[in-house]
Amino acid sequence: MFRSQKTLQSKREMFFKTDGGSGGGGSGGGGGGTPLAAPTTAPPAPPVTAPSTAPPPPPANTTGPASTPASVASIKEQLLTTKERKEHKDEENKENKLVKELVKERRPREVDGYVGFANLPNQVYRKAVKRGFEFSLMVVGESGLGKSTLINSMFLSDIYSNDHPGPSHRVKKTVQVETTKVLLKENGVNLMLTVVDTPGFGDAVDNSDCWQPITDYVETKYEEYLNCESRVNRTQISDSRVHCCLYFIAPSGHGLKPLDVEFMRRLHDKVNIIPVIAKADTLTPDECQHLKKQVLNEIAQHKIKIYEFPDEEGDAAGSKMKQRVPFAVVGSNTTVEVEGKKVRGRKYPWGIVEVENIEHCDFIPLRNMMIRTHMQDLKDVTNNVHYENYRCRKLAGVGGADGKIKVSNKNPLAQMEEEKKEHTNRMKKMETEMEQVFEMKVKEKMSKLTELEADLQKRNESMRKKLEADLSELDEERERFEHERKAWEAANGITVEELRRKSLESISRETSSLASSSTTSGGSQKSSPKFSRTYSLPRHKFKQNEQCNQQ
Amino acid sequence: MPQAGPGVSPVEGVTYVGIDTLQEQTRLKALRRGYTFNLLVVGRSGLGKSTFVNTLFKATVARRKSGEEEPLPSTTEVKTVSSSLSEGGVRLNLTITDTPGFGDHINNENCWEPIVSYIEAQYGRYLQEEQKVDRLLHIPDTRIHCCVYFIPPTGHSLSSLDVEVLQRLDKIVNVVPVVAKADTLTLEERAAFKERIRADLSDHAIKVYPLQEYEDLDDAPENMKIRERLPFAVVGSTTWHEIHGKKLLGRRSNWGLVEVENKSHNDFAYMRDMLIRTHMQDLIGSTAERHYENFRRARLSTKTTSKVNIVNGQDTDHMEDLNESKI
Repeated sequence: MFRSQKTLQSKREMFFKTDGGSGGGGSGGGGGGTPLAAPTTAPPAPPVTAPSTAPPPPPANTTGPASTPASVASIKEQLLTTKERKEHKDEENKENKLVKELVKERRPREVDGYVGFANLPNQVYRKAVKRGFEFSLMVVGESGLGKSTLINSMFLSDIYSNDHPGPSHRVKKTVQVETTKVLLKENGVNLMLTVVDTPGFGDAVDNSDCWQPITDYVETKYEEYLNCESRVNRTQISDSRVHCCLYFIAPSGHGLKPLDVEFMRRLHDKVNIIPVIAKADTLTPDECQHLKKQVLNEIAQHKIKIYEFPDEEGDAAGSKMKQRVPFAVVGSNTTVEVEGKKVRGRKYPWGIVEVENIEHCDFIPLRNMMIRTHMQDLKDVTNNVHYENYRCRKLAGVGGADGKIKVSNKNPLAQMEEEKKEHTNRMKKMETEMEQVFEMKVKEKMSKLTELEADLQKRNESMRKKLEADLSELDEERERFEHERKAWEAANGITVEELRRKSLESISRETSSLASSSTTSGGSQKSSPKFSRTYSLPRHKFKQNEQCNQQ
Repeated sequence: MPQAGPGVSPVEGVTYVGIDTLQEQTRLKALRRGYTFNLLVVGRSGLGKSTFVNTLFKATVARRKSGEEEPLPSTTEVKTVSSSLSEGGVRLNLTITDTPGFGDHINNENCWEPIVSYIEAQYGRYLQEEQKVDRLLHIPDTRIHCCVYFIPPTGHSLSSLDVEVLQRLDKIVNVVPVVAKADTLTLEERAAFKERIRADLSDHAIKVYPLQEYEDLDDAPENMKIRERLPFAVVGSTTWHEIHGKKLLGRRSNWGLVEVENKSHNDFAYMRDMLIRTHMQDLIGSTAERHYENFRRARLSTKTTSKVNIVNGQDTDHMEDLNESKI
């Protein structure tokens, strides 16, 4: 198997090598044959690597200068044996793809004399330096873990100084996202550093969804970039996406807290997360090792993808540094004197912790890897992996076709299915909620109505009682009155009927006298009310008569 | 020799009465019976509570998390470990109550509930015993005498969770706040942090032990000194190191050795002196006299009125218990 592979490769090299002018994408294809696994995971390796992997040409090399594609194909057929045809087919497909991309690639040839394109890197460098670099760093963690201090130590300047105090000095009620932009200059290179801070994270009693503002911020930045990219008139796009997120873990000695796990799980596919153990001078070296192992275990257990510093061959120091992940750091705003030198550190009664001493903490590895060696890589991964993921999700979600072929976890169909399921779940939930609310309202209304009913009944009762009382009173009075009348009649020996007759007679006498003397106005006035009065109120007259009689 | 009090003439003939042997008698009796001390430690996980307690009593008395982590309980649990220590013939029945799961979750609302109800349950149990017709002469005392509250050394101020819990605890138990893992902070940071915590405590009217209002005049200057030092910034350790031929308890790092007993390094010695050597009896006494009496008053006055005031969710249960126990 191995031998056949080797022969295959050598044969491939053989015929690709002779391609002086064929557009066969030769060495690119040959080089691409072997490290085919690599390009899909690492950032697209520049074509420079391809020729380096091509072994030196084999001695027997005489398939003439047949350079047309047709003859190439025939030679290919000749070279293949039946067994290898199948594997070769797969590789061929991949090769074809690479071929399309690396069309003009050929095996490099040394030039005689000096042309001058060796100056290209310098030109690129100068242009980049003129333009300046941008880097956006986010720090997340509970308050009091030394985030601001670490930023100051890392960039050797007081980004958070006493003039505009950092978020730690201000009391926050809700999680907020604050950005601070600083322009740093070093040796003529400009770096526009944006520090994104998250005060209030994890500080409240109830910390559910405290990662939401942060997630929203990250996605907003991606969206802005996407919009800039999709515009018709594109100018220089300013890259304000978050390139790196330092997550501060409290040095409790017990590993990750549930909040840590939740946060990292939600953001690991959106941004590069570098976990960092804060205030590492709390821990003895043993405890530190133990905690690091613990953290790594838990990260693996929860399948969190943190940013992995890529290995570079020939960098033994780098790989050693890589083993110190997660970095246990100490930051300091103050300088202390150690053996005559002024260093950044913390002074305790029992000793001095130096920030930049690799024996004391992992600050140096973190700074070197983040700034000196891998800053560009961080930006690339953000651009190529996280941003592309976001773009995929955004555009597939909208329903439009995605232009780029991207290795993503789900295909759009599965995503749509999930969305549908989610939607129905949500509908069901809303339904049950509404039913509950409805039932509650019904109950309330019922209780209110019963109350009113009881109220009304009570009032009804009381009114009825009152009426009955009044009625009985009136009855009593009437009885009394009857008694009196009877008594009076008995006393005076005359009945009401007779009195009435008599009064009527007197009235008729009066009216006749009135008719005769109609000119007397005063008398008429006086008498008509009297007249009406007697008709309407016989009792009144009766009383008057009573009084007269008594007199 | 009996002392001559005012208005009492010294007895002629110097006959020794022997009143001063009372002290000795009480001591002997106490020795036989032994003392009981119940300590409650409250704080988030990883602050060194168990280590601190082990350091305090120089023995493994606390429930210690082993190398493999136990799963985090979903609500705050209350776990007790009892042990019997003896020193110089004096026996101490020590019970350490721990609260795993406190403040460790994303949503920490009401994480103090189990603690508060545990403390009140202990008072309730004592009350029940006391009210029995046929009661024991020496009621087993499970009431919490002292609660040590661990504050994480952020360097800023009390967190909102701390404030909430302290406000609830200081009314029912003696609370001693302590800054955990004090080796995180330099001396200046420590002083500033303590200032801020003291300011926060007074802002929120949280009364910590030693209480100003109830102390005797003799204790006042001492308590004043203690109060200036509050909250204690402690470091705990149970590992011995050898330095210059001396054995010391401490934590060793690459840059130095933090000594636990060194007063210039941290306040552990002060804390230990207060808790054990000078104020232990006061803690036990004040729990019995003040906090327990408050509880008893509240409980019995609600019982006499026909309505049941729900002070906390446990009231109705206790009512039933009390009624049942009345034989």
